[in-house]
Amino acid sequence: MSTTDLPRHRQLGLTDDEAARIPELLGRAPTDPELVMFSLMWSEHCSYKHSRPLLGGFPVTGERVLQGPGENAGVVDVGDGIAVALKIESHNHPSAVEPFEGAATGVGGIVRDIIAMGARPIALLDSLRFGELTSARSRHLFTRSVAGIGHYGNCIGVPTVGGEVAFDDRYEESCLVNAMCVGVLAHDGLLRAAASGPGNALVLFGNRTGRDGIGGASVLASAELDEDEDKRPSVQVSDPFTERKLMDCCRELAAAGAFVALQDLGAAGLTSAASEMAAKGRVGLDIDLDLVPLREALAPAEILVSESQERMLAVVAPERLDEVVDTCRRWDLDATAIGRVTEGENLVARSGGEVVVDLPARLLADEAPVYEVPRVPAERPEPLDLAALPEPEDPAAAWRELLARPNVASKRWIYERYDHLVGANTIRRPGGDAAVVRLPGSERAIALTTDCAERLTEVAPRQGGRASVLEAARNLACTGARPIAATDCLNFPNPEKGSTGWRLAEAIAGMSDALLALGVPVVSGNVSLYNESATRAILPTPVVGMLGLLERADRSVGHGFGVDGDVILLVGDDGVLDGSEYARGSGGGQPDIDVEREVAAIELVLRAADDGMLVSAHDVSGGGLAVAVAESALADGVGAVVQLAEGRRVDEALFGEGGGRMMVTVRDDDAAAALMRMAPEDVLVRRIGTVGGDRVTVHVGDVEATLTLAEAGEAYERGLPEALA
Amino acid sequence: MTRVAVVRFPGSLDHESAARAVEGLGAEAVEAWHAQPELPEGTDAVLIPGGFSYGDHLRCGAIASRAPVMDAVRRHAEGGGRVVGICNGFQVLCEAGLLPGALRRNATLSFVCRQMELEVADDATPWTSGRPAGDVISIPVKNNEGAWYGDPDAARVVLRYREDLLGSTDRVAGIASADGNVMGLMPHPEEACDPLLGSTDGRLVLRGLIG
Repeated sequence: MSTTDLPRHRQLGLTDDEAARIPELLGRAPTDPELVMFSLMWSEHCSYKHSRPLLGGFPVTGERVLQGPGENAGVVDVGDGIAVALKIESHNHPSAVEPFEGAATGVGGIVRDIIAMGARPIALLDSLRFGELTSARSRHLFTRSVAGIGHYGNCIGVPTVGGEVAFDDRYEESCLVNAMCVGVLAHDGLLRAAASGPGNALVLFGNRTGRDGIGGASVLASAELDEDEDKRPSVQVSDPFTERKLMDCCRELAAAGAFVALQDLGAAGLTSAASEMAAKGRVGLDIDLDLVPLREALAPAEILVSESQERMLAVVAPERLDEVVDTCRRWDLDATAIGRVTEGENLVARSGGEVVVDLPARLLADEAPVYEVPRVPAERPEPLDLAALPEPEDPAAAWRELLARPNVASKRWIYERYDHLVGANTIRRPGGDAAVVRLPGSERAIALTTDCAERLTEVAPRQGGRASVLEAARNLACTGARPIAATDCLNFPNPEKGSTGWRLAEAIAGMSDALLALGVPVVSGNVSLYNESATRAILPTPVVGMLGLLERADRSVGHGFGVDGDVILLVGDDGVLDGSEYARGSGGGQPDIDVEREVAAIELVLRAADDGMLVSAHDVSGGGLAVAVAESALADGVGAVVQLAEGRRVDEALFGEGGGRMMVTVRDDDAAAALMRMAPEDVLVRRIGTVGGDRVTVHVGDVEATLTLAEAGEAYERGLPEALA
Repeated sequence: MTRVAVVRFPGSLDHESAARAVEGLGAEAVEAWHAQPELPEGTDAVLIPGGFSYGDHLRCGAIASRAPVMDAVRRHAEGGGRVVGICNGFQVLCEAGLLPGALRRNATLSFVCRQMELEVADDATPWTSGRPAGDVISIPVKNNEGAWYGDPDAARVVLRYREDLLGSTDRVAGIASADGNVMGLMPHPEEACDPLLGSTDGRLVLRGLIG
């Protein structure tokens, strides 16, 4: 059936019940532009109508929180009057349709969220999920997404310092592109979106408005992709050069105090920006659509919902309007006063002298219906049958094979395509546990990471939620940075189907368990649902972006082994093969995560880093201890000999995952003994080897696996390029 | 105190880190706005930083090379004043005809961000702080169109890559004008001026702006 046979509201993505509710709220039938606006603002993408009831479980407060969820980005205090803004956001559906522009505009959107807080963007990260690279389609989506991220980030001069990627068949038809941006600002420079001051001007600046991305939020981002092929042209087009000018221009104007309020135009365009500014400020806005600079002739409804990129909306006092327009002109940007702040609460839009929209802004921004998702628990699968998994005859060969798997191998192919240095603040580059970025004008530095345990979230969502948060915290701790804030992007399939709603609720509960134990608040986030097609749903993927703080920029810890004779210690419990990258299956038998003990292990590593005891530290994750040893050895070309106790399967000792482990090195046995004395009773710390030589050797009892650094490096560096060849 | 004018085009990205690096060497950094036909009063030397000037529309550096400020840069160079162009700045200097050759797309057909080892090829210019020919220094590259193409005999090759990654003619990383006062290089010395960032070899190049 073609879409033109459907009633108007259904074409726009509204249900019959939702369409019936609108006249009840308005006391009259909506105009067509109003109906279009409701359809966008009441979409899942804009309203979180299926996820909002679940998000209340997150801890969102803390001493450092200057701005929690609900604004364009979260903001936390990092001392000395400096604040850091952070937010992660998905651009999954657009990237699945047109990966280059989809990924590029995803970066652009999140950067404008940070700009809107009055912050200067200083770092980007990307969390990516694609199908296996044996699929031509996935290779295309992956390489073009990386190209789009690189193009945009490189052109705007914000370094892409980190992120992660994983490949799994479950993402074959719905890839994930999540972009995180971090910015710095002075406390007193914090801007918010709430409009105020009746009589103030509403200024639209940046790019002109065109027909691109119309309906993106409702019909593209809030439905399964193959429901309707006609939705596919709804992807936006990127212009990073204009974004850079917007950044420079906003920084000048923000520093001059020229903005009363600032908001970016993202999903649902002017509709979303204006209704949120009005609703948050409890004021009205009166907009003349005839004044909006256009690229092409557009109908009023199209102007209201166009998702043309690189646009911002500001509230400006009348006496500063000329200054704002002049500064924009200096940057070759259009800037137009398209309306004004009014008394009352209504959003009014005029076209050709006629009022085409006149409704309370809160109906759009805050009165979307809320749905309880069904919470149908799923059975945990049977534990992995280890008897069916023979131990490797040649453990060294298995080690090499694992090092070359795209999920484990070096991600150099990706990060060398990104400018990760621009700004001259990147202290720890991509390839380690977390990126470390100097805070300009300060002795401090921040550490940044994104992580997710999607396979565990599928089989045991509460455990997966915990693991996602704790993995992020371990990555920060391994650089010596104390976790202080998180942003999250909950990528899930259709919540109305199967056990997805339950998994979403459980994952949030698990994330909250770990965040509370760490004392880390969530300050911003994003939900992306409906990541599934008729044949395949993604793994539930609750991505955690985490911010850590280093009191001294020159005291960060790297993951590379130091010098011959350094002592290697393993903090944490043994790993298991069940659910590991090596075994590739089940996960049903993974032990539950003891949050308190894992947090105690993180605390121990942080204290050791604070005391200057650590030469190196590396989180033990995908591929297990053997991969961690190889990575630390390859980082600076220094080998190691590791001896593990017998009594376990060799492959489990080498490649088992979990256990909240971190591998650290210290100068000598005295330092090792001191670190062990610092450990609380319930945190396991074992001396497992020494640094040195030009090979990596792991003994498990009498069995030995050895790779020369050249062999390990060849496998580790070959994996990703070979899979793409 | 040496006064270094750091040129700023729309789309310049490295002006701040370049200014910081220059100040770290004891010089004063001042902004030279692209639309101004003159350099700031008292300018002793000029730095054209990296970035994507004018969005790199048309061709990298092509529009910037015709900006009003470039007339002043040209006069400064013709008068014997020192000028360094880094990355996009190098592209601008080639497009402006102040240095020979052109920059074309990397042989990798991709953007490349990597720490690179460079060999000093000509030790008689101000841009290597007297390091002898053959000395190796470490400075990162980050570009998409970083392969210099031209006649190496028509240029003073100051720095060469040790590894032929980008596909430059004769592994050229940086060249100077015949008089040596104008220098262009694709690697980013301003990102190698702080021990915290892993290398301070960039100072060897930027000292050429001073004295």
